[in-house]
Amino acid sequence: MRLMQNTNINFVGMRKIAYVISVILILAGVVGLFVRGLNWSIDFTSGVAAKVDMKAADSSVPPIMIDELRTVLKNNGFPEAEIQHVGPVDDATFMIKIKSAESKAEVSGDTKNVIIDIITQNFPKHVEGRDVNRDVIEEIYEVGPKVGSELRTNSMLAVVIALILMIVYIWFRFELTFGLMAIAALAHDVIIIVGIFALTGKEITIQIIAALLTIVGYSINDTIVIFDRIREDLKLRRKEPISQVINDSINETLSRTVITSGTTFITALSLYLFGGTVLNDFAFAICLGVFFGTYSSIFVASNLVIDITKATHKEKQAVQHLTRRK
Amino acid sequence: MKKFSWRGLSIIIFICVTAFYLAPLAIPNLPEWWAQHKLKLGLDLKGGMQILLEVDTSALSAADARGAVDQNIKIIRERIDQFGVAEPSIQKLGENRIMVQLPGVSDFQAAENLIKQTAMLEFKVVAQPDEAKRVLDTIDANINANLSFFPALAELDKLDKEIVVDTLNADTTPAGQGVFSSLIRPGEMGYEVSWDNVRLINELLADSLFKQAVPAGWQLALERSETATSREDRALHVLSSAVELSGADLSRAKVEYGSSTSTDPRIANKPYISIEMKREGARKFEQVTNDNVGKRLAIVLDDVVYSAPNIQERIAGGRAQITGRFTSQEANELAIVLNTGNLIAPISPASTSIIGATLGADSIKSGSMAGLIGLIVVMFFMLVYYKVGGFVTDFALIFNVGFILAMLTAFGATLTLPGIAGIILTIGMAVDANVLVFERIREELDQGKTPRSACDAGYKRATITVWDANITTLIAAIVLYQFGTGPIRGFAVTLTIGIIGSMFCALVFVRSIFDTFIITGTKKTLSL
Repeated sequence: MRLMQNTNINFVGMRKIAYVISVILILAGVVGLFVRGLNWSIDFTSGVAAKVDMKAADSSVPPIMIDELRTVLKNNGFPEAEIQHVGPVDDATFMIKIKSAESKAEVSGDTKNVIIDIITQNFPKHVEGRDVNRDVIEEIYEVGPKVGSELRTNSMLAVVIALILMIVYIWFRFELTFGLMAIAALAHDVIIIVGIFALTGKEITIQIIAALLTIVGYSINDTIVIFDRIREDLKLRRKEPISQVINDSINETLSRTVITSGTTFITALSLYLFGGTVLNDFAFAICLGVFFGTYSSIFVASNLVIDITKATHKEKQAVQHLTRRK
Repeated sequence: MKKFSWRGLSIIIFICVTAFYLAPLAIPNLPEWWAQHKLKLGLDLKGGMQILLEVDTSALSAADARGAVDQNIKIIRERIDQFGVAEPSIQKLGENRIMVQLPGVSDFQAAENLIKQTAMLEFKVVAQPDEAKRVLDTIDANINANLSFFPALAELDKLDKEIVVDTLNADTTPAGQGVFSSLIRPGEMGYEVSWDNVRLINELLADSLFKQAVPAGWQLALERSETATSREDRALHVLSSAVELSGADLSRAKVEYGSSTSTDPRIANKPYISIEMKREGARKFEQVTNDNVGKRLAIVLDDVVYSAPNIQERIAGGRAQITGRFTSQEANELAIVLNTGNLIAPISPASTSIIGATLGADSIKSGSMAGLIGLIVVMFFMLVYYKVGGFVTDFALIFNVGFILAMLTAFGATLTLPGIAGIILTIGMAVDANVLVFERIREELDQGKTPRSACDAGYKRATITVWDANITTLIAAIVLYQFGTGPIRGFAVTLTIGIIGSMFCALVFVRSIFDTFIITGTKKTLSL
């Protein structure tokens, strides 16, 4: 079976449209970042996150409404607590988050115990007959301020270091123009995805940072495969116009690009659909990453190489420049 | 006759190593030396608690500080062992952090207390009533003279005076009584602090300026309340600050239960801790009790008075009891802490995570489900798209997943939930190397080459691309490992192993199968 055999799609010709789409997406992302900001999880802000299962053992006890829980926490000194349902309303499972930065009551090492006390004292019927530590509390994270701010610095650093190492590697393997354009495509992917997280208000957790780094590695992988082919073809077809050669290279590698993206996307999607609540946002980020990574490899990175070399070199020198031996 | 090939040997080693480390997962009754190599599950899958502790070494010299963290680790390990946790992990992180992981622990409050608890045991003589009065008067005088250093008290003082002016009733604050003594009142024995003032008093007792206001040779301490949260009044003791006996004089602490017929209400039917002193300690104890008959001796733990019994006579033998309305669990923990000695430097939790066992089990279930579905879809696609080539790839793919699990076991790494995500993503990415090669071979076939030469050319030309593409992902994984902690490291590790495994599978394993079984003789077609 073969798909996309001997395609001849004019990707290079479509580049203006692609640029416009990309610029719009990036602008949307940047606006989202500035207007809504990022919703850092307590991994970074420090604070307490607790997932509690408040479904009473006695089935005649009506399930707790989210507003009841909010009122109780508000009256006990945590007006800023964010509360969400996890799963269906009947399960009465809640995620309670108290971020230090927003909380007037300083979150300390005992905050989690205070919250547990508040819950057990105010909802005795729902807790009755169940072991609080084992059955009611599904998970609790408590992050001190020092660890939180360290993590924020470290993760920004990690993304930047990863990007720099990528440039160094590609520069080592290819002409610098390729390296820089690959990174431009990569930055494009990261900005769009972070922008989507800002716009949707989804939390940036450590897992999301891990997803971003995976995307960095993955998206560049796609780009490199195309660049490899471009370099090879440029060497073989020195006489032909660069844009024609590059367009053919993209077409030649198209089936591979689509198949690999497809299989990776399938697994990420399977993770998103069946992987459970904990990995949901992570899988969401990876799905976005695979999608935009593939898009930018095909439509942005190579096309940028054409435009940049055309701007800086004459046609004949350009081929020489791009295929220079390393 | 075939030549010896390194490729063949590496494949045999690859399969054997994978099988060796996977066997304990699948076969239940392996010999001990083999079964112990079993894949460990991370806390997020098994449930349990993890605490990152920060050791405060600021009060110690540089040389002591270095040893302090290790010493603390030793003490914490001993406490946890006595507490009874299976497979705890206690690691030093960086200069002064300790990561404690307790799989399967559900009573996390008790576990956290046990780790954090310091137990500075001291025996101190309680001041006689007239001495106590003098001490309090001095404190009042000192505070009045330096009221600006105690903003909380100054505010209270202002309030008091306003009341006096308002009501013109001087009796509310008796003449001569200072702002500090206005917080306390005489009780049955000694002084008491009402619940409303307990917090303020606690803050003052911890304040170094306040300590300067207390005359030398004396100190104040609150008595223990029933539980930390109970809203009851508490006794305040004035103690001689001389330490008559300390934890160092202790040889053994153990929990005992008072008989129900005991006349002492403090121990009747309740757990208490009986302590035995070392010989030197016993001698000191005898001396102290001899010198202070008629006075009260306070048993102080971490600056909180647990009990202050009257010394009726000289006590020989070096035995004493710590009573304090314990629950049996509290008594057990305290005995452990007393027996294991004190932490060298104070620790505080920098972050804590607790994961219920149910959540962990759910995560494994949904993670495996997602992985299985992803695997089946990808395998099905490869089979349809590349036929025999796809079949071989699928075969290698399964081996690759096994290889990741085997390598995790071999390195003693733990499988975390992000780790499972890493494996699932690897399934998607692992076929990439094969796809690159197969697409290249197809192109070569299209140019009319024979299967054999198309295959050789395809592998030759695709190999460099496979390396290029994977090294970048590898770089990302390594950065991730460097910066990440816990579960994220698990993700980085599985991703790294997955990349290496998939490259091996594609470039060596699949190729060998191709060379050996598929492109044999003079076959004219290749099922790809």
